[in-house]
Amino acid sequence: MNSNAPLGAAEQPLPSSRTAVNDRRSAISPVSGWWKKNQRKLAPWAFLAPGCIMFAVYVIAPIFQSIWISFYDWDGIGAKTWIGLGNYAELFDDDVFYTALRNNFLWLALYFLALPAGLFLAIFLNQTILGIRIYKSLFFFPFVISQVVVGLMFSWFYAPDFGLLYRLILAVTGGEVAILADERYVTYGIIAAGLWPQIAYCMILYLAALNNVSKEQIEAGRLDGAKGWRMLWHIVLPQLMPATFIAVVVTIIGALRSFDLVSIMTKGGPYGASTVLSYFMYEQALSEYGFRMGYGAAIAVILFLIMMAFISGFVWRMMRDEKAGG
Amino acid sequence: MRLSYTATLGTAAIMFATSASAGEIVFNSDMSWPQSKKALEHIVDGFQKANPGITVKVNYFDNEGYKSAIRNFLTADAPDLVNWFAGNRMAPFVKAGLFEPVDDVWAANGLDESLKSAASSMTIDGKKWGMPFTYYQWGIYYRKDIFAEHGLTPPKTWDELKAVSEKLNAAGIKPFAIGTKALWPTAGWFDYLNLRVNGYEFHMDLTDGRVAYTDPKVKAVFEKWAELVKPGYFIDNHAALDWQDAIPLVVQGKAGMYLMGNFAVANLKEGGLTEEQLGFAAFPEITPGVPRSEDAPTNTIHIPSGAKNKEEAKKFLAYLAQPEVQAEANAILGQLPVNSKAARPDDVYLNAGFELLSTAHGLAQFYDRDAPADMAKAGMEGFQEFMVKPDRLDAILERLEKVRGRVYE
Repeated sequence: MNSNAPLGAAEQPLPSSRTAVNDRRSAISPVSGWWKKNQRKLAPWAFLAPGCIMFAVYVIAPIFQSIWISFYDWDGIGAKTWIGLGNYAELFDDDVFYTALRNNFLWLALYFLALPAGLFLAIFLNQTILGIRIYKSLFFFPFVISQVVVGLMFSWFYAPDFGLLYRLILAVTGGEVAILADERYVTYGIIAAGLWPQIAYCMILYLAALNNVSKEQIEAGRLDGAKGWRMLWHIVLPQLMPATFIAVVVTIIGALRSFDLVSIMTKGGPYGASTVLSYFMYEQALSEYGFRMGYGAAIAVILFLIMMAFISGFVWRMMRDEKAGG
Repeated sequence: MRLSYTATLGTAAIMFATSASAGEIVFNSDMSWPQSKKALEHIVDGFQKANPGITVKVNYFDNEGYKSAIRNFLTADAPDLVNWFAGNRMAPFVKAGLFEPVDDVWAANGLDESLKSAASSMTIDGKKWGMPFTYYQWGIYYRKDIFAEHGLTPPKTWDELKAVSEKLNAAGIKPFAIGTKALWPTAGWFDYLNLRVNGYEFHMDLTDGRVAYTDPKVKAVFEKWAELVKPGYFIDNHAALDWQDAIPLVVQGKAGMYLMGNFAVANLKEGGLTEEQLGFAAFPEITPGVPRSEDAPTNTIHIPSGAKNKEEAKKFLAYLAQPEVQAEANAILGQLPVNSKAARPDDVYLNAGFELLSTAHGLAQFYDRDAPADMAKAGMEGFQEFMVKPDRLDAILERLEKVRGRVYE
């Protein structure tokens, strides 16, 4: 849209803004004067309104509803009983919660490997040779297929008796390792499965960003003798900051909401060793043996607070850096 | 009308449920596996012929998804009939007033007599809440040919069981197949060990929350279990396997026995085992003098309290209770009819199962149906952990006791 378009010059207000705002106003004040004066200020809000309303109803309101439900003991169909902070008290006394929390941080820490790995792949693929588009799409492929499929494929990969990795370990070391049945390895096994599409995601973000890296700056850097790591670190990476920002945010969110893979590959097992907060919440509130809505909501609130802490912390740092950098 | 009840699938079915017209009853069902679907279609066909003017519209749900979906459609937009399970598993719906009592159907058709074996598991607060139509036995399915080859006979006592296991193990055959990824197969073991060590009454007291998990009698059950776990009599890596994944091990002769429900027979036969190769035996005695009780999960059909066509739905339940109907349906299902007057399918395993169940002292539903859902979940997770790390028994039992304190309060 051309921002210089004479919005206010039109005799008639725009149709969409009329339906949203004007009908109501017209009863209070004369149409022409007030609307004409404020049209430019109001029009964006009118356009934003549908999105804002949806966001409020489906995102903001449920957050408060969840917090509200977390103070109740409720099975989803019967009567609610107010128990105050009872759910939280139980949660902090629940071993599974600490297992889930520990696994969540493990996910978070290891998921960040997707950033350097994605960047490396992007730089590697950012060249012009014959058929590069095919390679690019092959590398991007894991992100396109469903997480459920990824989970199944890795389950077979790890499967005792016939799994490829199982056979490989057996052939190399002679030991039998059933990754998904062993509490020591199970979380790492699932994270590895999750990293596969996550790396592809980060790669595509960096590939897009690499297209916009300024050729002049590279040239200038080259003239000044920058090469290899120095070029990457001082010239290319700073220009990739916006992509890095997005990649960090999607990686944090991806790590913390890791649910599909846990559900598909282990159902949180063996005996809860690979559970994460999001799966724990599902298990308590919505699964076959669950239906403790209040307890599930309490877990959701904790998960929400963790996500908020990480993301707002990161956003705050980004904004500070941007201000400092001008 | 054939199309109307075969076409709809999945959760979208909830929306279709509203479109019922007069004379049409809506049935939300999880009987979506080929065999059970065929059985239900047969029942529905017969019912429609017997009751002209009433059509039954069945919405099939995926077996696992159904267990969550039922809570939504019972509260939001109730159909006229639903599948569910007997015992404590239906208690939450009964307590929340979501099921309709059907004592009148029982009384009018003399079902207290013909369905006597299932009456107690259908009763909560002195009322009957649904219609049982099929059940099946649990027991040890074993490889006759492998047993014969090593000169073994099916064990009758605990010592014999251990001796048989030792011999199989020494021959490089794992005594027991199991897949515990979905947790519930572990509960079959716990049920049988507890029923044999402490008996039916104690088992029911435990699942009703009247006994502590730290009770020495509970511990005694796990001590017996450990006698099989510690020498490695169960297949390795069972925590990564589903129950179906363990079937090939029995078929290939890598495992000699499988404690399972009768539904496993279909898979074992599909794998290529014949009736000459596959035997069935009751779980052996452990404590002498404890009367033999069995697990016999019963599947049932209920009327939601929000149903719109309750009269027609009750007619359906009455039809379903008839001996001929149960006989035909169970012949297709490959399970046992609950009605004692119904003819049983002619099948070696079902005949053995019927023999077993009809002479049993008591019938348990299954741990995850007898115990409340959240207790069952914690319990089965504990069983699985015990089967992998038997040394953690005390910590596991203390955890279960903590859960018990909360669940039954």
